[in-house]
Amino acid sequence: MKRLSLSQAFWFLLRRDLLLALRNRSELANPLLFFVLVITLFPLAVGAEPNLLARIAPGIIWVAALLASMLSLDAIFRSDFEDGTLEQMLLSAHPVPVLVLAKVTAHWLVTGLPLLLVAPLLAMMLGLDEDAYGILLLTILLGTPVLSLIGSIGVALTIGLRKGGIILSLLVLPLYVPVLIFSASAIDAAAGGLSVSAQLSMMMAFLFLSLSLSPVATAAALKMSMS
Amino acid sequence: MFKWFVKWFHRFGSPPYFYRLAGLWLPWLTGLFTILLIGGLYGGLVLAPTDYQQGESYRIIFVHVPAAWMSMFIYMVMATCGIVVLVWRMKLAEVVLSCAAPIGASFTFLALITGSLWGKPMWGTYWVWDARLTSELILLFLYLGVIGLYGAIDDKRVAARAVAILAIVGMVNIPIIHYSVEWWNSLHQGATVTKFDKPSIAWSMLWPLLVMALAFKVYFVISLFQRVRAELLHRERNTRWVEELVKS
Repeated sequence: MKRLSLSQAFWFLLRRDLLLALRNRSELANPLLFFVLVITLFPLAVGAEPNLLARIAPGIIWVAALLASMLSLDAIFRSDFEDGTLEQMLLSAHPVPVLVLAKVTAHWLVTGLPLLLVAPLLAMMLGLDEDAYGILLLTILLGTPVLSLIGSIGVALTIGLRKGGIILSLLVLPLYVPVLIFSASAIDAAAGGLSVSAQLSMMMAFLFLSLSLSPVATAAALKMSMS
Repeated sequence: MFKWFVKWFHRFGSPPYFYRLAGLWLPWLTGLFTILLIGGLYGGLVLAPTDYQQGESYRIIFVHVPAAWMSMFIYMVMATCGIVVLVWRMKLAEVVLSCAAPIGASFTFLALITGSLWGKPMWGTYWVWDARLTSELILLFLYLGVIGLYGAIDDKRVAARAVAILAIVGMVNIPIIHYSVEWWNSLHQGATVTKFDKPSIAWSMLWPLLVMALAFKVYFVISLFQRVRAELLHRERNTRWVEELVKS
């Protein structure tokens, strides 16, 4: 049998997950649809006054992104857990955190990245200041991977539970708070013509911190869940 | 010395030994708590002078601030236990971790309630989205997450390890959340009425506060010991030492 190097294993797993996601298109569209739907609810709830909507647009977009990301989290490990693939993954010779990172990356590519495509459209519909579009995309680019990474810890902890959904949101949402604060305030500042370098630096820091630490925690949680 | 400590540490971790020891300590701790509580309350409610700005209503500080301190302290206790659970698989640490969470949540809740009661006469409203209040609220959610996760997993040994991981993740996140919220607050509100700068507090107000903080700590230990003893009995209900205890 041929031995896989670590980077090969990473790419294989990434490709496999992407392929599986592409074969299952409806699931691919669901988070996106949810994102659009939640945002549509806000003008209906608070009224269609342009100034108000423009004022709260950064917050709405980010809260919707948070919820959309949270709803799709379960898919990271669920099907692999149910058909036993996850167990084989944990038994493999490769370090689990790296494999986890591959799975989370694949998950982000199919659920986080598409938000980039619709976010400008929604921002336009909400009347967000045009100067802020670039920053909006940048915060989504920097922020959604953090959401997937932190979320993977929560999923790994609750994967064995039959009704993990509510507990998952209880575990994960408080940890999402910093991302929400900094991304929304960056967009806010950009719309007001202020400098956003501080917020972006913080988000970059969150990204690298969660990139380096959360796969380790997720791997530990997975081992615990499978024991 | 070190060898002795390691030996003691291992013995301390054994459920029957801890059960007996905690039982011996409890009356002394209760006595100490009573003295501290009476002293602190007398100092805070009677001896301490009235505040020239806030009048009498500042006196809630003697409950509010120790409760807020405890809410953070207990999370640190939980995270420390979490490390012990993951590294040494100590049963006692598992039990302490799971028993500390409800106490911590209660203290957090108490801090929130007293904070909002204090807010009413001071700020004119029960709730403001002040940085400290908000991060305390998020801390409460973190506690509830721990309790919820522990309750959701049936095998309590697995549950304890899950909660250990969660507590450690939370510990890394608490400072980040706290400072994010603080920054969020300063960004959104500018100068607020809520952030009254505490002038260096007078000694006559400080000592009751410290005594009360100590009393709360002792109370936490009492409450924790009682919970841990009950939980130990439940977990070890099929072992010989519990059987002997019940028979004697």
